[in-house]
Amino acid sequence: MELSGAEIVAQFLEDEGVDYIFGYPGGAVLHIYDALFKQDAVKHILVRHEQGATHAADGYARATGKPGVVLVTSGPGATNAITGIATAFMDSVPMVIITGQVPRAFIGSDAFQEVDSVGISRPCVKHNFLVGDVKDIADTLKKAFYIATTGRPGPVLVDIPKDITAPHIKIPYIYPESVDIRSYKPVTKGHLGQIRRAAELLLIAKRPMIYTGGGVVSSNASQSLTELTKRLGFPITQTLMGLGSYPASDKQFLGMLGMHGTYEANMAMHECDVLFAIGARFDDRVTGQLEQFCPDAQIIHVDIDPASIAKNVHVDIPIVGDVDEVLSDMLEILKTIDATPDKEALDGWWKKIEKWRKKDCLQYNRKSKLIKPQFVIEKLHEVTQGDAYITSDVGQHQMFVAQFYPFDKSRRWINSGGLGTMGFGLPAAMGVQLAYPGEQVACVTGEASIQMCIQELSTCLQYGLPIKVINLNNRYMGMVRQWQEFFYEGRYAMSYVEALPDFVKLAESYGHVGILVEKPSEVKSALEKAFAMKDKLVFVDFITDQKENVYPMIAQGKGHHEMVERELA
Amino acid sequence: MRYIISILIENEVGALSRVAGLFSARGYNIESLTVAPTEDASLSRMTIVTCGTESIIEQISKQLNKLVDVVKLNNLIEDAHIEREMMLIKINVAQVSKQELMHLVDIFRGRVIDVASDIYTVELTGTGDKLDAFIATLEEGAILETVRSGVMGIARGAKALSLQQ
Ligand SMILES: Cc1ncc(C[n+]2csc(CCOP(=O)(O)OP(=O)(O)O)c2C)c(N)n1
Ligand SMILES: [Mg+2]
Repeated sequence: MELSGAEIVAQFLEDEGVDYIFGYPGGAVLHIYDALFKQDAVKHILVRHEQGATHAADGYARATGKPGVVLVTSGPGATNAITGIATAFMDSVPMVIITGQVPRAFIGSDAFQEVDSVGISRPCVKHNFLVGDVKDIADTLKKAFYIATTGRPGPVLVDIPKDITAPHIKIPYIYPESVDIRSYKPVTKGHLGQIRRAAELLLIAKRPMIYTGGGVVSSNASQSLTELTKRLGFPITQTLMGLGSYPASDKQFLGMLGMHGTYEANMAMHECDVLFAIGARFDDRVTGQLEQFCPDAQIIHVDIDPASIAKNVHVDIPIVGDVDEVLSDMLEILKTIDATPDKEALDGWWKKIEKWRKKDCLQYNRKSKLIKPQFVIEKLHEVTQGDAYITSDVGQHQMFVAQFYPFDKSRRWINSGGLGTMGFGLPAAMGVQLAYPGEQVACVTGEASIQMCIQELSTCLQYGLPIKVINLNNRYMGMVRQWQEFFYEGRYAMSYVEALPDFVKLAESYGHVGILVEKPSEVKSALEKAFAMKDKLVFVDFITDQKENVYPMIAQGKGHHEMVERELA
Repeated sequence: MRYIISILIENEVGALSRVAGLFSARGYNIESLTVAPTEDASLSRMTIVTCGTESIIEQISKQLNKLVDVVKLNNLIEDAHIEREMMLIKINVAQVSKQELMHLVDIFRGRVIDVASDIYTVELTGTGDKLDAFIATLEEGAILETVRSGVMGIARGAKALSLQQ
């Protein structure tokens, strides 16, 4: 088969099994767009801003486990995509971004729409390439998909100069079935001796704790994690990125840990004697003050990325490997060890944990005449039977979902944890809805965040994506306001969101349905009404309590045992 | 503490900037960095001298290893090794005794590689300390310019940083 560079891109994507590509055209990618136009295996979703393309591909990737694919033009197309690339990088999401580049002869001459995309993206990609010859396009794309999806996943950018995609240069094309990169050989199998040592340590633990993160999701290890946790009978907590990979409704689950984690999860972290960390990276929002982190614990850490191990805290038993493989091996090894967890010690440990749990740290004023954001999320859980895909933006509303929407399944909770990117929620929901057209998809957002990628409402109309936008409208950048209340004596500098649009009219002008909800008594019925409109995007604008805060909270620089709790009148 | 990290890296455009970028992005120190292709033109050998605590060096090594272009890495300080640096130094001999200078060059096993009126250019190799010591022997004002290669290192004995081992 003789194909042009542009046709190779299109044909390769089909051969690689890509069903959706999110993008925006421009000069440097016009040849590629022309090739895409002439086929229909790969469906192109036209966003309204390149940031939206990356977040949509990201949402698609997080929900399916398959790589998200993006196509943008050179210069501003590439720079607009950077925020979304960095977002995917921080949360280890597999993504391949194809950027157009000016023709080779113009590179370095400050040509029209030229930017050093490889240089600009370097610190926020797993790897990137500038393709130098039409003959290298297929192999480079193959490498990009391979690198993006193996080891610790991440975004890979491929920059393709326009001249090598030109229609008149045709070369033979064969889909590269396999790839071998001598400098890149990720380890997936954990060291069996280390796994055995870890198993033995877990069995003699008196106050064990399991702490898991996004690695369990990436590795599709929910089942082995659940089996292992059940078998050991240990308490388990998860990071923001890990939620759903262990059923939240199970009684061994103590809720999320960290800055806005539960009292029981954080106290159990503080007092445990053995910490089993799985696919988590000891982020500062999780550990609090490092000097006070798990002071009595011996730490076992499983991670596919050796650089994550012992980066922030000392680890006693490091295990490098794919989480699912390591946990499966551990389950096998446990069968060969003639010992069971220390029942008596565990009983005492659980008694203590139940006492902490009794504090009911997530309580809030349910009698309020104002709509409490927590109440909206509880009702959202009820109305969707806990089975929706929920994306979110960044702020208080994000934390309220993490706290009040117990996810029982992996890949249902899709949010920007590492970078904390406002604007992520709506485009991410588009990717999810495209991947699962029959499923309920909601984007929980705030009046500030939603405006960062609001233009994607237009994309949603074009492709008939019936997302439910749950806008927790507190007229504040709530999370910023909360910090200003706590740490700046209530000087609310620039956190009040003035001159807001009428979101109902805004939704309507984009061709969608808008609903305004102002009373607690209307919350549930509004949600029911919204979800009943199965083929419509519904924007539900909830006017919530302006002054509500997220509790409990560990202030920066404090330890897990120093949480601030809500005081109810 | 001071560490010497040897890297075998794909000889690709941008490989050097990935390494340099990693050091600046993560706030690590680079005291010196040398790089050139090896006998296999597809590979470059890099020697980085850095300093930090043991845990920082461990992180640096892991982060470098994570770069897709890095084929192999080794920490020379862990093994018996040889390190060398080359210096070219231009000396104004109007003010110093030529005889004395030649004597010094001899002691340091250097060579005079260029002579112009009142100007000698000396080539010297050795450890960084040795080069520093030579500089210290010269009077102030005698040095016109110096250029140093940065440290290169290699392990002693059979141990080698290569595709095979
Ligand atoms: C792109 C971006 N800019 C700034 C921030 C800092 N920031 C974090 S939360 C927040 C406020 C979000 O307000 P809103 O979307 O209304 O959510 P709320 O906290 O009120 O629920 C801001 C500005 C960010 N996370 N992302
Ligand atoms: Mg708000």
